[in-house]
Amino acid sequence: MEKHDFEYPAGPPAAQRVMVGVVGSGDLEVLLEPADAGRTTIRVTTSVDGYGNVWRAQLDRLFKADEAQRPAASIEINDFGATPGVVGMRIAQAFEALASAGAGARP
Amino acid sequence: MSGNLLERQSFVELDARTRVRTLLDAGSFRELIDPFERMTSPWLARQGVVTQSDDGVIVGKGTIDGQPAVVLAIEGAFQGGSLGEVGGAKIAGALELAADDNRRDLPTRAVILFETGGVRLQEANLGLAAIAEIHSAIVDLRRYQPVIGVIAGSVGCFGGMSIAAGLCSYLVVTREARLGLNGPQVIEQEAGIAEYDSRDRPFIWSFTGGEQRFRTGFVDAYVDDDAARIRAGVIDGLARGRPAVERSDRYRQSLEQLARYDAGVQATPQMVRQICASGERDE
Repeated sequence: MEKHDFEYPAGPPAAQRVMVGVVGSGDLEVLLEPADAGRTTIRVTTSVDGYGNVWRAQLDRLFKADEAQRPAASIEINDFGATPGVVGMRIAQAFEALASAGAGARP
Repeated sequence: MSGNLLERQSFVELDARTRVRTLLDAGSFRELIDPFERMTSPWLARQGVVTQSDDGVIVGKGTIDGQPAVVLAIEGAFQGGSLGEVGGAKIAGALELAADDNRRDLPTRAVILFETGGVRLQEANLGLAAIAEIHSAIVDLRRYQPVIGVIAGSVGCFGGMSIAAGLCSYLVVTREARLGLNGPQVIEQEAGIAEYDSRDRPFIWSFTGGEQRFRTGFVDAYVDDDAARIRAGVIDGLARGRPAVERSDRYRQSLEQLARYDAGVQATPQMVRQICASGERDE
């Protein structure tokens, strides 16, 4: 088990908190909570050791592309061996749920 | 088992939180000890295992058919639905609060969604203690209200939690469900592969699967894997009220049935059906 911390520039605070996913085989959970404007922090806890560079590459790709528009959030990721593709989809799902403020996203 | 596949919403495929939301009346779901409270297992992290923010147990308060209810769901995808100290305490505590409600004339009912291999081995005695508390709490609560258990699949319900299922007033299962004290691999390890091959899925389901458990009187409702059907099964159980005799109080009948079984011959599913059908039902 390893922990990795990341930080990215961001826009205004996220409007609410959302939670998606499960810590199941090849899956992960994402907990997203509002943070102060301008900065998103990500704390990854993963069952797979030695993949810090892969996490950095994947999260850079997701968060650097549109950093000005992304709402500022404190994000916790608990990972049980998800592939970068699944990580990308779960994070996209979390931000979609945040944007739609829809039922099903908020516990 | 019929119905158009496209019109169904599979319950088996839903995660635990969505299952709770589906069973409660629309808009009534309120989660107790939600993931953001981060009531996680203190023991898993010390053993290098990633924790889940809700420890794999969802406690949903709300209404079913307009009446107060609490739905307790185990997430089978997290650590095989195993119960540790925190998840077990969430279930036991919620059941105890429901019984307290009833003592104050608030008729809160409980539904437990079993998807569990039983105790979480990493938490050993603490998990076992929590499961014992769940057993006590079910026995307490069912003095006031029927306690409904649902085993949808695909993990099934094994170990100490199969006893919890046996203590429920009514059990609702699908074809995907399995119910047994020991899981298949444990039985194979103890009895030998010649007697019990844990990789033989049709064989496993023929003894412990939902349909067999229904035909042999261990569960009360056998329904399609469809969210609406399962909800209807739960509502039906709640509407029936407390059974005249709880299943776990019919142990004399079970012992008589067991006494008729000749352990010298390899059991077949048909044989079990005959033995279990031969006793008088107390209902």
